Amino acid sequence: MDLNRRSFFKVMGATGLTLAVGKDLKASPKAGKEKEFYGVLYDSVRCKGCRGCEYDCADANGLPEPLPNKEIKGLRKPDEFHRTVVNEYKTSKGIVYAKMQCMHCNEPACAAACLTQAMTKTQDGPVIWRGDKCMGCRYCMVSCPYDTPKFEFHSANPKIQKCTMCYETRVQKGELPACVENCPNEALMFGTRRELITEARKRIVENPDLYYDHINGEHEAGGTCWLQLSPVPFHELGVKTVSNESYPSMTKGFLYSVPSVFVLVPALLLGIQQSTKGNSLKEDNEDE
Amino acid sequence: MNNRAYIAADNDGQPILKFLLRELKPKGKALTPFNIISVPIILLGVVLIVYRFIYGIGSITNLSQDMPWGLWIGFDVVTGVAFAGGAYVLTFMVYILNMKKYHSIVRVTVLNGFLAYLFYAGALLLDLGRPWNVINPIIGNNFGVSSVLFLVAWHFLLYMVAQLIEFSPAIAEWLGARRARKILSGMTLAAVIFGITLSMLHQSGLGALYLMAKEKIHPLWYSEFIPIMFFVSSIFAGLSMVIFEGSVSHRIFADQISDKHQKAQAGIIHGLAKVCTGALFAYFFLQVLVFLHGKNWVYINTPMGYWFLVEMLGFVLVPMLLFFYSYRKGNIFLIRLASIVTMVGVVLNRLNVTVIGFRWDAAVHYVPSWMEIVVTLTVLFTEIWIFRWVINRMPVLRESPKWVNETKTNQVSVVDHRRA
Repeated sequence: MDLNRRSFFKVMGATGLTLAVGKDLKASPKAGKEKEFYGVLYDSVRCKGCRGCEYDCADANGLPEPLPNKEIKGLRKPDEFHRTVVNEYKTSKGIVYAKMQCMHCNEPACAAACLTQAMTKTQDGPVIWRGDKCMGCRYCMVSCPYDTPKFEFHSANPKIQKCTMCYETRVQKGELPACVENCPNEALMFGTRRELITEARKRIVENPDLYYDHINGEHEAGGTCWLQLSPVPFHELGVKTVSNESYPSMTKGFLYSVPSVFVLVPALLLGIQQSTKGNSLKEDNEDE
Repeated sequence: MNNRAYIAADNDGQPILKFLLRELKPKGKALTPFNIISVPIILLGVVLIVYRFIYGIGSITNLSQDMPWGLWIGFDVVTGVAFAGGAYVLTFMVYILNMKKYHSIVRVTVLNGFLAYLFYAGALLLDLGRPWNVINPIIGNNFGVSSVLFLVAWHFLLYMVAQLIEFSPAIAEWLGARRARKILSGMTLAAVIFGITLSMLHQSGLGALYLMAKEKIHPLWYSEFIPIMFFVSSIFAGLSMVIFEGSVSHRIFADQISDKHQKAQAGIIHGLAKVCTGALFAYFFLQVLVFLHGKNWVYINTPMGYWFLVEMLGFVLVPMLLFFYSYRKGNIFLIRLASIVTMVGVVLNRLNVTVIGFRWDAAVHYVPSWMEIVVTLTVLFTEIWIFRWVINRMPVLRESPKWVNETKTNQVSVVDHRRA
């Protein structure tokens, strides 16, 4: 009996803990707060590839200055020194430029993966990283479908580098992100996600010859705050094909099974143990 | 030989500090082949670890922005924990199903499991870029509850506590603490039930870690069923390790094992071989189902497809048949061989998910640096050193000191008395 009671409390304790902990599973915005995500619309049709945004980004975030045009060979990816890069692609419609940076997913895989909430989706939309919480496990890098977070492998105090949409340094003060503010060709536009999608649709409808009929980020990875328009199909711009499903939902099934396992399995085990108990006593006596 | 150990275990009259100091001293020969190989590697590994903490993880590893997790996670943690699965399977058989036959190997298996977790969690610390923040998910100011890694980390911690409780009677016997032993062994069943539940969840959780890396893992190894695959394969991974490790320690620590247990060994290995056959069959069947449902045959006629066939046929189907054949024939040698083939298969499987099949299409594929391998070996060898230290001192393989049985018989007679 004694054992029964003890196991019972253990089970109840574990259940309570898991239930308490298992509630808020998605890194989605809190319901009830009627706040819209902000985002950026990037238009590859308008972009002239001046790379001014790269320089402004480096300047605003204290990163080393990007390489000049003539030293660039081939396609680049963002890395721990460059939160954004603009590449030149030879496409079916001639040369097209495409900017790469964090897509700021509506339901970010990185934030769902983070066990310390260092990577977090702010209520305004940008996904940011907080160094005082991060333990450097790099699970965000494993999970991100766009490979956005970059890790400083050659530092004793490494940081994760990624585009934060200048959230803490500018957006919270009512300013535009550095890249948006300084773009000379109006290829970048800041606004609420809803406004941006409307604007993107308008551009596609008004100039169907110029635009490929798709908004990258409207549905990808469950929707992203960063949206992109292009004159050509997106795979020609090296855009990764990702699932339209939200990435955190892929682990939901597993995580939701945890409370059930914690209730059912111990009960089952205790039941089996009790029902096989008689055998052991007999064998015990035979043995000793 | 055993005489001295008995005194140590039954050291009632001795001052505890003096006893501990004496036990800390090494026993046995210093120049064994294992020592000669392991000591230089451990020393080199320590130097590399210091270097890593000064110059960053990239200074000794080949990790990159595309390959954030390498050998230290893929092998040390993911594979190592699968091999430590023997502890929960055996405690299930002995304490839940009351299969008395396997009782004599429970302690050594639990010890093995505990040390594996201790050291592989330790290896995880080496891989953390900002290890000073490791307490954040534990002390509660930053619970990332939507993270599978959060679950795995907590389960590692809790399971280590459960295993320590399961093992603690041996420590109490070593210290001659009779009362503590009685209390601790009373907690065993609760720890076992808790431990099995935790193991089910975190063995599968290690697979669930990779669920969000959908496009990064080769489709032959990625499916929504990775968690279940990892759980089922941890059963035969753990038991193969028990068979292998049991065979090795029965040779090396032969002087500690009583004749009775020495004889029981064959029966135990047979029984475990049977369980392995069943688990391997279930696993193989699951793999076939996932393969068919995913219409994965389109990938077979590629290099990765051949590699998949090697793993599935050569290291799942073959050892399954080998286990089946050898337990029917009663051939211990073949069972041991089958367990080794199974273990190689588990290593292959875990590395295929985490390293080889991860970013299989990358232009430059990750290959671990020699320094990563040395650090891995350092972790492994240090664990074996501690394992040997404990085996040589505590009643793990050898019988418990006499006083334990005396109190036990008293208890049994009390129970019998009550029943009568």
